Amino acid sequence: MSDPDFSLWVYLSRTPLLWLTVTLLSYLAADRVSALLRRHPVANPMLIAVVITAAVLYATGTPYRTYFEGAQFVHFLIGPATVALAVPLYRNRHTVLRSLLPMLAALLAGSFTAMLSALLIARALGVSGSVLASLAPKSVTTGIAMGIAEGLGGDAALAAVLVLITGAIGAVLVTPVMNAMGMKDMRARGFAAGLAAHGLGTARAFTVNPVAGTFAGIAMALNALVSALLAPVLLRALL
Amino acid sequence: MGDVPGSRGRPGTILAKPRPMIPGAALILLCQLLGEALVHGTGWPLPGPVVGMVLLLLLLLGNDLLADPVDTRFVTGPADGLLMNLTLLFVPAGVGVVNRMDVLAAHWFALAASLVVSTLLGLVVTALVFVAVARLTKRHAAGETEA
Repeated sequence: MSDPDFSLWVYLSRTPLLWLTVTLLSYLAADRVSALLRRHPVANPMLIAVVITAAVLYATGTPYRTYFEGAQFVHFLIGPATVALAVPLYRNRHTVLRSLLPMLAALLAGSFTAMLSALLIARALGVSGSVLASLAPKSVTTGIAMGIAEGLGGDAALAAVLVLITGAIGAVLVTPVMNAMGMKDMRARGFAAGLAAHGLGTARAFTVNPVAGTFAGIAMALNALVSALLAPVLLRALL
Repeated sequence: MGDVPGSRGRPGTILAKPRPMIPGAALILLCQLLGEALVHGTGWPLPGPVVGMVLLLLLLLGNDLLADPVDTRFVTGPADGLLMNLTLLFVPAGVGVVNRMDVLAAHWFALAASLVVSTLLGLVVTALVFVAVARLTKRHAAGETEA
């Protein structure tokens, strides 16, 4: 293995720099594709970026662990971004205060419905044990879902994947479903998106309308609290 | 961008234009750190970043009550920057799908059915309950935007 090109690759493929760059470039490319398709809900930028990045990993035979050493710097920012949700919340504080009761009712009903239906369907179709436990926090934002799944005896990495798939499904479904329902209240649309599909639903809501985005952010934060409390109870009842 | 002729020679002038982002980033991280510390110290079943969000909100509201002694744009700028690129932050975890292909392949139908139906139900129930309670409390006029 004295090929200089190969040794350069061996060097670069082990540095965080390469995989951080690949993550950002994949995202930029995915965002362009999404913009070219006029932000159609199916052209979700996260899905496109994941496909591009996974293809690069597959083509180069790079293990996920190596990739994540670079990508972790982006992943880390999920926490600060959750804190940053205080800003749109503050900006829209008057609207939010006027909708306190609808928010709390929708939070409890939606969180319970989403989690219970997911667990019941999966169990009826033969899923059990740690996979079922990893499924319980699927509507919760990634970092928090991983913690909940671990606490329930699930697989944190699988929980993250199921969360991301849920987010993608929600981000794709929310606009057509809400339009089909004739839902015109941007607060309700956003709140549903953030509750059912966490950060990806929130990102989608922000591209549709700033009020929707704000309510999505609130729903995401509140659902993380409710799910953390609800998941152990529901799972124990079903096992 | 907008280089003043002759500014190249003077150190400092080229970087002087953008609003500083470190103070805002530091405040956001500090809120998260306090949130994590509170959660781990007290054993509350709450996520640290969510407690951090509440802390930042309380700071902003407090500033508002005191008739804005601090220009909050130092923190709203970096916060908006993060939220504008929320999708990017989920890419690394999403790529983790390559590591769990075996489990997904073994249960693909059950998991797909469960995730699609439960997400659909979650969206519909949440939006319907929100609108129903908003109508009951008769305060739904605000925030309603024609789409």
